[in-house]
Amino acid sequence: MNLLGKLDWNAIPLHEPIIMGATGFMVLVVVVVLGFITAKGAWLYLWHEWLTSVDHKRIGAMYCILALVMMLRGFSDAIMIRSQQALAAGGAQGYLPPEHFNQIFSAHGTIMILFMAMPFVVGLMNFAVPLQLGVRDVAFPTLNSVSFWLTASGALLVNISLAVGEFSKATWWGYPPLSEMQYSPGVGVDYYLWSLQISGIGTLLAGINFVTTILKLRAPGMSYMRMPVFCWTALAANLLIVAAFPVLTATLAMLALDRYLGFHFFSLEGQGNQMLYSNLFWVWGHPEVYILILPAFGVFSEVMATFSGKPLFGYRSMVAATMTICILSFLVWLHHFFTMGASANVNGFFGVMSMIIALPTGAKVFNWLFTMYGGRVRFSVPVLWSIGFMVTFVIGGMTGVLMAVPPADFQLHNSVFLVAHFHNVAIGGVVFGVMAGYNYWFPKAFGFKLDERWGRASFWCWFVGFYVAFMPLYVLGLMGMTRRMQHYDNLSWQPWLIAAAFGTAIILAGVVCQVVQLVVSIRHRGELRDVTGDPWNGRTLEWATASPPPAWNFAFQPKVAGLDAFWSSKNRAQATKDEPTSARDYEPVEMPKNSATGFVTAFFAVVIGFALIWHIWWLAIVGLFGAFMTLLAFSFRRHNEIEVPAEEIARFVRSYQAGVAA
Amino acid sequence: MRYGLLAIVMICAATQGGCEGVLDPKGPIALAERQILFNALSIMLAIVIPVIVAILGFAFWFRASNERAHYRPDFTYSGRLELLVWSIPAMTVLLVGGVAWIGAHDLDPGKPISSTVTPVNVQVVSLDWKWLFIYPEQGIASVNKLVVPVGTPISFELTSSSVMNSFFVPQLGSQIYTMSGMATRLHLQADHLGTYPGISAMFSGDGFPDMRFTVDAVTDEKFSQWVSQARETGSTLDKQTYADLVKPSKAVAPFTYRAVAPDLFGSIVNADLGMQGSSLSICSTSQRAER
Repeated sequence: MNLLGKLDWNAIPLHEPIIMGATGFMVLVVVVVLGFITAKGAWLYLWHEWLTSVDHKRIGAMYCILALVMMLRGFSDAIMIRSQQALAAGGAQGYLPPEHFNQIFSAHGTIMILFMAMPFVVGLMNFAVPLQLGVRDVAFPTLNSVSFWLTASGALLVNISLAVGEFSKATWWGYPPLSEMQYSPGVGVDYYLWSLQISGIGTLLAGINFVTTILKLRAPGMSYMRMPVFCWTALAANLLIVAAFPVLTATLAMLALDRYLGFHFFSLEGQGNQMLYSNLFWVWGHPEVYILILPAFGVFSEVMATFSGKPLFGYRSMVAATMTICILSFLVWLHHFFTMGASANVNGFFGVMSMIIALPTGAKVFNWLFTMYGGRVRFSVPVLWSIGFMVTFVIGGMTGVLMAVPPADFQLHNSVFLVAHFHNVAIGGVVFGVMAGYNYWFPKAFGFKLDERWGRASFWCWFVGFYVAFMPLYVLGLMGMTRRMQHYDNLSWQPWLIAAAFGTAIILAGVVCQVVQLVVSIRHRGELRDVTGDPWNGRTLEWATASPPPAWNFAFQPKVAGLDAFWSSKNRAQATKDEPTSARDYEPVEMPKNSATGFVTAFFAVVIGFALIWHIWWLAIVGLFGAFMTLLAFSFRRHNEIEVPAEEIARFVRSYQAGVAA
Repeated sequence: MRYGLLAIVMICAATQGGCEGVLDPKGPIALAERQILFNALSIMLAIVIPVIVAILGFAFWFRASNERAHYRPDFTYSGRLELLVWSIPAMTVLLVGGVAWIGAHDLDPGKPISSTVTPVNVQVVSLDWKWLFIYPEQGIASVNKLVVPVGTPISFELTSSSVMNSFFVPQLGSQIYTMSGMATRLHLQADHLGTYPGISAMFSGDGFPDMRFTVDAVTDEKFSQWVSQARETGSTLDKQTYADLVKPSKAVAPFTYRAVAPDLFGSIVNADLGMQGSSLSICSTSQRAER
């Protein structure tokens, strides 16, 4: 019995220069960051203010930072995929052997969806939803911290797989039998399984937290039909999380049972049924698409209204459209495998259902269009992303509906046409959305705006780069190129793939501009400072407080009298020349106490995950025990809240008002 | 339709005059599917193009610096526009939905092609990483090369010896999954003489990119010739030789079997290759792992 399970020195791919180079770079970055923190003596600050924080704004920011870091990782995978396919034509094999290339595209998909887009979207919701609802925190602040750290644990496991062992070679959806022990005996699929399981639990907890927050905690007067659209989309997305993520957890658990204990849910022998996995996976997978895109729709709604200087056109129809999509998203999963051989009636039904989703989505596009109508559109960076989104997304929507026609899908299924389609909606929709949200809420989160010039440059590179990178894939798909090819024979494909690789280089320039934008903005934060708390002439409650908001968000809980609560209160104040805050008695505020529960639980979660991946059973038991004890210790905690004294709040408000007046 | 034609012309021009794949159909199924593709595309382009123009137009005209644009900060609802907003996508969905429903039935992969010619039956097995084509009536089998008589419906029964794959000849039409333990159905036909590339369209492991085959659409005489030639060369495909064939291999050059054990396909589907079958899977595991 080996004490370290399957783990030994062979697990570290020392003979693979590319992997070792990437690992070395990753370790270097970590060392530099840790060294920087040590040099600044910031460990205690970091621990108290960030790692153990239960403040929804801090947690939201950490989610976004995680997403940005993982975006760099996932994007390097993308560069490798595109350059490999640009090279490996005819007899050429490119520079990535199959066992490496297959890991790369599996990791790219897994990371971009679950560790880039998901944390980014959840991060924006975390930051903005409580502020927009006019409340001081989410319903369960410590649980929120646990959610974040579990997501981070999953991401960490994926990154560990780069250096120790391997990642899955069985694609991001992990279809059995390929992902079964028989065909994937390595630890790659186990890394995939456990990183998804751990982060999935985190996401489920976040979903529960946000559904509760939105349903139960809103400022006085904020009825459902007065909620900002972003909150509506967040509600829809989190309802989807609560309904869909348990399916993923159960499905992956079944696959884990197959792999670890020789069960036969999806195996070739013992009457396992591989079709069952495809169905279950996409029962989660398709709602997942809407979990990502709905909050992005919410961001665009906020941005278009704010920067057009008028309310969102057709608020009620936007809400109706959001909730319709929320429900319909559970009725279309089969369109991911029309080619499995289901009957014509089944294929026809799911084809038509998939198209029906285009109806509320189309209505949304028109509503954004008419929001601009009669407005005064200021072309700040968030608006550029939004308009870029509208143009790009209708094309992506169109190709999506095209593939919802079963006979068309029989030809286009799994082709790079499909790859182009979902990148068209994932980049054009989700990435543009989170970028709009990032530029829009950054001044609120950190107290200074992001640099406009670099922001514009980044947008244009992403926008142009997207078209150059993915339009060729549409053509290639029609030419009969299927996805995930490590090399190919057909030389007439190569020019298109070189064009696509060139597009990726343009997007790379966009990513570099984003990094530069952040650095430049931090250096010029003095000039970019937002003292008013309302840099964009906003409409919703998050702009009614200081930037960055104090831990307690609002000195007094706002009273809401209608839609666009902050906008109408600004108008009223102007009309009556009223002092917005007459001298009122400040009251002490109870705030949730910081807790290390999330961080410590997540530490043990990584231990459990790592131990299970490498079959180190005793360590898994240690991890489980540790995680359990942490939660137990938390539940015996006596003091859950600290009181912020009234004077501190008064002092903060006075200095904020002095800043606004100056 | 105009837009569809425009798109094909543009793409053909861009590929240096040589259309290929889905846009160059060689059989009735692929032809019908291309037609559906174009119909659906043109219905949608009729709405998508004006919308894109409107987005850019509105954004430009209502820019904050345009003094001539009328600022209407209270324009938030209009019943008529709402109706328009919902009915335009609804009309589109109605049309394309009709195309989808009818198409799903007309071009159901399991539906036989109506023809006066008697169909040729082919049994397809996806192996690691090659294709086995069994001709039950002719009693021969072929690896990585499918020869079919032109103008004759081909009736496929498909399965897999191991992981999932997807049998796909872009120029002939629909693809369909191959899955072990079950048989899927597909009907295709080639109307023109020629050689067409076939692929697996479902990632199946390390040898996946080389899992290609060719389809030779030949005249009836050439087909009979090929069959009689095949009957004279190669070995017999029985449990023993099948066990050899199952072993993972990449980029296999085409070859044929002179005869096939009766109902081999059925026993592959039912995985009742006896003791051999189970030892087979273990051996293939270790071999796959080595690769």
